[in-house]
Amino acid sequence: MTTQFLNIKKLNKSTRYNIVTVGSILIAYAICMYMINAGNMSNLLQNLLVAMCYYGIMAVSLNLTVGILGQLSLGHAGFMCIGAFTGAFFSKIMINTMDNVIIRFTLAILIGAAMAGLFGVIIGIVVLRLRGDYLAIVTLAFGEIIKNVLNVLYIGYDSRGIHFSMKDTASLNLEEGGMVIVKGAQGISGTPRNATFTIGVALLIITYLIIVNLVNSRSGRAIMAIRDNHIAAESVGIDITKYKILAFSISAALAGVAGVLYSHNIATVQSTKFGYNTSILILVFVVLGGMGNLRGSMIAAILLTVLPEYLRFMRDYRMLIYAIVLIVMMIFNWAPIFINWRKNHSLKDAFNNILKKIVKAKKEA
Amino acid sequence: MEMLSVKNIGISFGGLHAVDSFSITINKGELYGLIGPNGAGKTTVFNLLTGVYKPDIGQIFLDGENITGRSTIEINKAGIARTFQNIRLFKNMSVLDNVKCGLHNDYKYSSFSGIFRLPSYFKTEKIMNERAYEILEVFGLEKEAKILSSNLPYGKQRKLEIARALATNPKLLLLDEPAAGMNPSETEELMDTISLVRKQYDVTILLIEHDMKLVSGICEKIFVLNFGIELANGLPQDVLNDPEVIKAYLGE
Ligand SMILES: Nc1ncnc2c1ncn2[C@@H]1O[C@H](COP(=O)(O)OP(=O)(O)O)[C@@H](O)[C@H]1O
Ligand SMILES: [Mg+2]
Repeated sequence: MTTQFLNIKKLNKSTRYNIVTVGSILIAYAICMYMINAGNMSNLLQNLLVAMCYYGIMAVSLNLTVGILGQLSLGHAGFMCIGAFTGAFFSKIMINTMDNVIIRFTLAILIGAAMAGLFGVIIGIVVLRLRGDYLAIVTLAFGEIIKNVLNVLYIGYDSRGIHFSMKDTASLNLEEGGMVIVKGAQGISGTPRNATFTIGVALLIITYLIIVNLVNSRSGRAIMAIRDNHIAAESVGIDITKYKILAFSISAALAGVAGVLYSHNIATVQSTKFGYNTSILILVFVVLGGMGNLRGSMIAAILLTVLPEYLRFMRDYRMLIYAIVLIVMMIFNWAPIFINWRKNHSLKDAFNNILKKIVKAKKEA
Repeated sequence: MEMLSVKNIGISFGGLHAVDSFSITINKGELYGLIGPNGAGKTTVFNLLTGVYKPDIGQIFLDGENITGRSTIEINKAGIARTFQNIRLFKNMSVLDNVKCGLHNDYKYSSFSGIFRLPSYFKTEKIMNERAYEILEVFGLEKEAKILSSNLPYGKQRKLEIARALATNPKLLLLDEPAAGMNPSETEELMDTISLVRKQYDVTILLIEHDMKLVSGICEKIFVLNFGIELANGLPQDVLNDPEVIKAYLGE
């Protein structure tokens, strides 16, 4: 046990960073669970727990596109939307055939991720030849297209199979006993509420590890090389198109996971929830948390999910205060004075100091 | 044996013949200097050789293989690596990672192995690290391996670019003004390093240099370009005494 503990020092920097990040998430999780069990957590906060997880996943996954690949995307909510609908659709048609909730929900997550990832590949092929502002505008458009198509989409199923329509329920021509699952603007309702805080935290950790491991691998280096200098990246033989699409589609697939979590957390999922304001909200998390800083994205997502709810008592001033908080956070993040201050008062140092003391104490014992 | 054989390549930018009917043959293991006044078309020659621009006319052969019209990526895979006149490092990555990017195509494992940390990840990364440190040592950069490349002093950034290019294991190395902005002692040290690299890695080199006295020291042959046209080509002492060449440089 002791030797294991001492080895923390020997691990390389990125592994240590990951252990600290995942450890912090687990500690936060344990505290929340303790509070829930002791009856100390307000209903307001309890209702936000899963949302913190899916927004955290959204922020970390968007950071892959924006911070690591260096491409501005304003349509990330579109991929969440695809994941949410695909996952909910699957759960609803399987609700009577698959009794095992764990297997069904796991499959829903995988299918939601796969569908969002597939759209990521397709849209990536189309848009990733564009740069900067153009890319931002086109991804924004794609996000809106996805939202609007799902808003008028009707899907039902009966013994003959699955039926689609863009008009209304009647034109699905369902048999007697057929079921309408996607009802246009009303979306999908009655999805089993399988998403729990525990599953959310697990998915957040998995998402984080997938991205952080990708970043610290050969492919991650290629992705960052493209971000830093695409001409030089080509000159050393890095396939620009391949790695752009890889990063974009992994980012999309993980947004799909967040979507599945979302649609299994509330009674009804409607596509209007996934408009550009949601995409921009997620982008705000990424920018505030720091481009390329995965841990920062999660912290920003969690804080900014909780904050507006606690500002409700301010009524009309709520969004004004929220905006002011954003500006203050931005200054805190980027002003040189504060950057220095954080360096001198960092949590990491404090944590390391505590670790050192523990290790010392163990040695002496 | 011919490593690079270029036959009458040319390119125009809106009427300006940036490079006009350029031909050169470089034998394996040679160190060739490409000199000429500012705007002569030297960098454009590199851009043509590496597929950044496609030549309007002419052909390029590398080690007997016709690589005319191929993409930059394909040309690098075929064996040409380069540095840039205006440094293009991966600024937000460490010195070590810059070199490991150069190893990208020679040491592979899938993204899947990387994400899920399968054995091939650990095995390949270990070899990549060893290889990258080996190259960094040649340039005296091993102590700075972990720092951000943009935090290196200017002269070392130039060296790192060469290290990164060398990591792709090229047959032909193109260096675009590697000594630009360096002081005389740094320049001398760099030229020594280049000679060393050439022997140790058995690589053929074409080097652009603005200052022609400097290249005469280490290059076997010199090619002089002026207004996109060949002005002289041959042994350093012959070329440097050529009245045409002297005129071109004085007229600058
Ligand atoms: N992409 C381009 N478009 C237009 N003109 C160019 C381009 N690239 C180079 N040139 C022109 O070609 C000429 C040669 O440039 P260059 O090869 O950079 O010269 P050198 O490297 O010898 O100083 C210059 O007149 C330059 O302005
Ligand atoms: Mg030049």
